[in-house]
Amino acid sequence: MSDVASAPHDAAAGGAAELYGLAAEYAAPEQVVSAAEAAQRAGYRVMDAYTPYPVEGLDAALSQPSSKLGFLVLAAGFAGIILGYGMQWYASVEFYPLNVGGRPLNSWPNFIVITFEVTVLLTALTTAVVMLLRNGLPRPYHSIFNTPGFERVSRDRFFLCIEARDPSFDLAGTRAFLEDTGPLAVVAVER
Amino acid sequence: MPTSVNAVETNRVLGPGQTPASIDDTVNTPVLAGLDRTPLWWWIGFAISAALLGLYLVSVVRLVTVGTGIFGNNMPVAWAMPIINFVWWIGIGHAGTLISAALLLFRQPWRTSINRFAEAMTIFAVVCAGLYPILHLGRPWVFYWLLPYPNTFGLFPQFRSPLAWDLFAISAYATVSLVFWYIGLIPDLATLRDSARNRFQKLLYGVLSLGWTGSARGWTRYMRAYLILAALSFPLVLSVHSTIALDFAVSVVPGWNNTIMPPYFVAGAVFAGFAMVLILAIPLRRAFHLRSVITMRHLDNAAKLLLGTGMIVVYGYAIELFMAWYSGVEFEVYMAYNRVFGADHWWAFWLLIACNFVAIQPLWFRRVRQSPLALFVIGVIVSIGMWLERFVIIVVSLTKDFLLSSWFNYVPTFWDWALFIGSFGLFGTLFFAFLRLLPLVATSEMKEMAHHDAQHGSDHFEHIRGEYYGEGGRA
Repeated sequence: MSDVASAPHDAAAGGAAELYGLAAEYAAPEQVVSAAEAAQRAGYRVMDAYTPYPVEGLDAALSQPSSKLGFLVLAAGFAGIILGYGMQWYASVEFYPLNVGGRPLNSWPNFIVITFEVTVLLTALTTAVVMLLRNGLPRPYHSIFNTPGFERVSRDRFFLCIEARDPSFDLAGTRAFLEDTGPLAVVAVER
Repeated sequence: MPTSVNAVETNRVLGPGQTPASIDDTVNTPVLAGLDRTPLWWWIGFAISAALLGLYLVSVVRLVTVGTGIFGNNMPVAWAMPIINFVWWIGIGHAGTLISAALLLFRQPWRTSINRFAEAMTIFAVVCAGLYPILHLGRPWVFYWLLPYPNTFGLFPQFRSPLAWDLFAISAYATVSLVFWYIGLIPDLATLRDSARNRFQKLLYGVLSLGWTGSARGWTRYMRAYLILAALSFPLVLSVHSTIALDFAVSVVPGWNNTIMPPYFVAGAVFAGFAMVLILAIPLRRAFHLRSVITMRHLDNAAKLLLGTGMIVVYGYAIELFMAWYSGVEFEVYMAYNRVFGADHWWAFWLLIACNFVAIQPLWFRRVRQSPLALFVIGVIVSIGMWLERFVIIVVSLTKDFLLSSWFNYVPTFWDWALFIGSFGLFGTLFFAFLRLLPLVATSEMKEMAHHDAQHGSDHFEHIRGEYYGEGGRA
């Protein structure tokens, strides 16, 4: 990625290459939060911040709706209960009933452990898979990686990228806006 | 590299003066360094582990070609070393999940720097554990008969059997632990990708990090998912060792048929696991210059948990003996007598009391909890004690059960020991590979904590705590 980063990116601003957006680089998490809040007030909507660790207040600043993952996981949990218990019930009552001293075939206390384990397994896998898919992972290529200096996003730098497809995006105006938020640099990002 | 900062012992969760960049350098430099920069101790450790792994593989080949007759197992002691070692290894695993899940839910900030390697320890311990019941089957290549799948026999497993519960519990535990570990690793893998120094590293960490960008929207979903996974892992870890305890408790064997088994097994697992965390953490923080990341505070807290869970386990020993007497059942009373005074194995019980009860008592004293050497030694003693506990429960109960005519002694064979000592090689090889290829500490979480400390004045609190601990000047 470093060789891409060293390419003359200001050429992109001239319109030679297709533009993904404008990224501002900050040194502190508070700066990126206040910049995101300012961008929100200025009417920008299609933007994202990139940080080395989760930054408090950033999802509010980006007006991100709260995650609905919990409901999906709950549904997966119910599915797990039905699947886990159903499997044991079917095997013990329908498929191969085994009379052990006249004890009930549907001996539910014995089925609790496996029902629980299947439920946890299914919910955990659902949580992980849904989270990855909603985040668009795995994704080998992302335009944001073209941002010069983006290697430090996983170390100690904070980026705010306003994307070109935002209706209020205007190269000169957005650049001026970002310059006002006190960044270390504002750079154009190729698609 | 800020080695000087990392050489100072501290009782803070995070040593003073740590910044996101310094955390990265401390943790990731050894991972990214070239092969020629790999320290000598790593090569020695890896070589010893690989040699022991060789012993393990030879034992497995011997087992598969000759059969379970190479073990000392007999009737009545059908569950011998393989099951002792299985329960021992899986118990060790429990601390990793407990640290990463339970302490996250209870918002204990000190979990952060030890959770990653503890999770790795969990997974490798579960690998070692899970292979034992399979190898103990006698015909390990048909272990899949245990799984419910449409087959030509027209049969399902017996779902009323605790052994079937075990299979589900362990495979769910192994899978969920692996998922939890990997999800937690993704941001740290992205950090490694971004500072990769050669093509191999770029490719390895690039693929493994799945294209993580650190996007704020991504972080929100990620944090939610991580919290849910923690909330799921916590009851799971309690259920796993409870299920293993039910293997015993559901049977009628004297000494096994106790309702106290599940909670006491869980406490024993956490006890054994924290002992292993100490055994691993103390050399690692020294070798990797991590004294400001895995601080005395972590060791102190782990020691307190060791003492707490240890005392629960000791309570379990007392209640087992009490219930045997109180039940008035002749066989239970004899089992208790045989366990404590029996001619064959009295030494195992008293050694167990020495390891798991007497040896942890010094942990009441702060001076002991502040001494890495003492903690390391106590960790080793407790690990031996927990192995003896399973020996006492399994072997001593089985050798002398109901009928005099079926009493038979048990003596482990060479291959019993070879497979056990070899399993350290399996664990060690995996662990040394982990040390070389993946970050030992969750760097993204540490960075968040460093920022939080600086921002929300936990420094002030640490200062008060530092004064209490007599290091006010440094804190």
